[in-house]
Amino acid sequence: MNIFVCVKQVVARDSLLRIDGGCTWVRDDGLSFEMNEPDTYALEEALRLKEKHGGEVVAVSAGPPRAASTIREALAKGADRGIHIEDDRFVEADSHATAAALAAAIRREAHDLILTGLQSDDAGFGQTGVILAELLGLPHATIIMEIDATGGSLRCKRELEAGWFQTVTMPQPALLTIQSGINKVRYATLMGIKRARRKPFQRYTPEDLGIAMPVRQRVTRLYQPEQSKETEFLEGSSQEIAEALLSKLRFEARVL
Amino acid sequence: MSVLVVTEQQGGRLHRMSFEALAAGQTAAKALGLPLVAAVAGSGVAKLAEELAATDLSEVVVLDDPALAAYSPDGFAEALRQAVGQLAPHLVLFPHTYQVRDLAPKLAASLGRPFVSDVVGLKFEAGQTVFVRQLFQGKLHGDVTAEGEPPYFASIQSGAFRADSVVTRPSPAPIRKLGLSLDPATVRTASEPPFQDAKDAVDLTAASIIVSVGRGIQDPGNIPQAEALAAALGGELAASRPICDNGWLPLDRQIGSSGQTVSPDLYLALGISGAIQHVVGMKGAKAIVAVNKDPGAPIFEIADYGIVEDLFEIVPALIKALESGD
Repeated sequence: MNIFVCVKQVVARDSLLRIDGGCTWVRDDGLSFEMNEPDTYALEEALRLKEKHGGEVVAVSAGPPRAASTIREALAKGADRGIHIEDDRFVEADSHATAAALAAAIRREAHDLILTGLQSDDAGFGQTGVILAELLGLPHATIIMEIDATGGSLRCKRELEAGWFQTVTMPQPALLTIQSGINKVRYATLMGIKRARRKPFQRYTPEDLGIAMPVRQRVTRLYQPEQSKETEFLEGSSQEIAEALLSKLRFEARVL
Repeated sequence: MSVLVVTEQQGGRLHRMSFEALAAGQTAAKALGLPLVAAVAGSGVAKLAEELAATDLSEVVVLDDPALAAYSPDGFAEALRQAVGQLAPHLVLFPHTYQVRDLAPKLAASLGRPFVSDVVGLKFEAGQTVFVRQLFQGKLHGDVTAEGEPPYFASIQSGAFRADSVVTRPSPAPIRKLGLSLDPATVRTASEPPFQDAKDAVDLTAASIIVSVGRGIQDPGNIPQAEALAAALGGELAASRPICDNGWLPLDRQIGSSGQTVSPDLYLALGISGAIQHVVGMKGAKAIVAVNKDPGAPIFEIADYGIVEDLFEIVPALIKALESGD
């Protein structure tokens, strides 16, 4: 089974975000970056499917030069090869541009299954996987909680709203976007990190792949959200805060 | 040119977010000076078309075909592609449901058009539509513009527009059935009827007080502290998605778009950042208290009372104050 897993490098969770000079993205300096959390579940699922069915796991990312470390992380966890479509424009690119780059790289190779996380923790458009399927002409299903790949077809448990699920089946090759929590992700071992250095790592530029990167949508202004409620902040010692809060809940909000 | 709202139905009923998307559509049509058209797709959905025709719009179009009896991305994308081809809308709005997340990126991509997903507000500047959406898990907001030729596609997040603000009309709007040519053989996915894993053991919707934990709880070993606070308040314990993903609490304790939607008297959020997927499940609470070390956490945007402190300091103090007070 040739499995491609798409991973994105995003700003680390709990980073202090500062809006950049152009007010369209956040400042890169002083930030740390990590693999988009939903993608870690997609990677884990790819590794488990390979362990069960054999084959190869290829980690693909479209991102700036620093995204190479996220691909290395995937290799350290057990992916066999890495593909990096490298360009600074991917930092603010829309989902279609990113998907077009991923499609151009994946189209060159035999693929049975493509996995992505369901959305990114930065822009969060939640579209790259579905667009990628469309561009590659593949069937897809989103927000997947279970994959059964025995017998050449795919039988998947898809999450619906409010605690409902549905089983969907489709032929391979196909693309699935993976819901967080589908599995328990592994950590990279020291041995894995060592081995990763010797694993094949292919770099492309958008030009290599014939990608023009047209812009279909753009963030024109990034800003701090406005308060939708008048929040009253309580300060003092823990004891003072606790007493003040209970008093307010009893006599002001009248909910206790 | 029109504003087209694609409603969603399940089992012969319109999804409640369809009306929120309609409210957004009415706002957009008015601002852009364009007629509003609503579409409903499925098999045997004439009755739903009548329901839509009672709202203030210029036309309801029906995409009715046996091939649309069950949702499939291939079938629905093809049907909507044909509808968009016939109607030539300027703007196409969807409710931001799980089905739309599965469908709309495919539809828009196949037409080479932008789909602005998960929109929380619309602004109109010099004839151009500006889509407001959250980025970085709700920590920042962004104005997004669609580029190139219309139609532009967008989905409206739950709660961004009010369903009860939909304007009705005295006499029903005209209903038109669109001619579609669908080949069931092109549908590559097969779906089975929806199911629930286990009937929700805990009905959080009935709780008047909910203490809910997020990533800030740090370790499953700390959950009993939150549990003790819930017990002291006479409430139920709940959690945001990551806590259930980690298996620290069962899935039936989850609040948010994939879990339960609650509106208790008191919602006490401990170490919850306030990503939109969580907020849509609890923002109807009468009083919201947020405890989070990060003053930039988006949960504070919707909190009535905010405490920017370490929850491990505040929780024991609250339990102590409750015990001494009673």
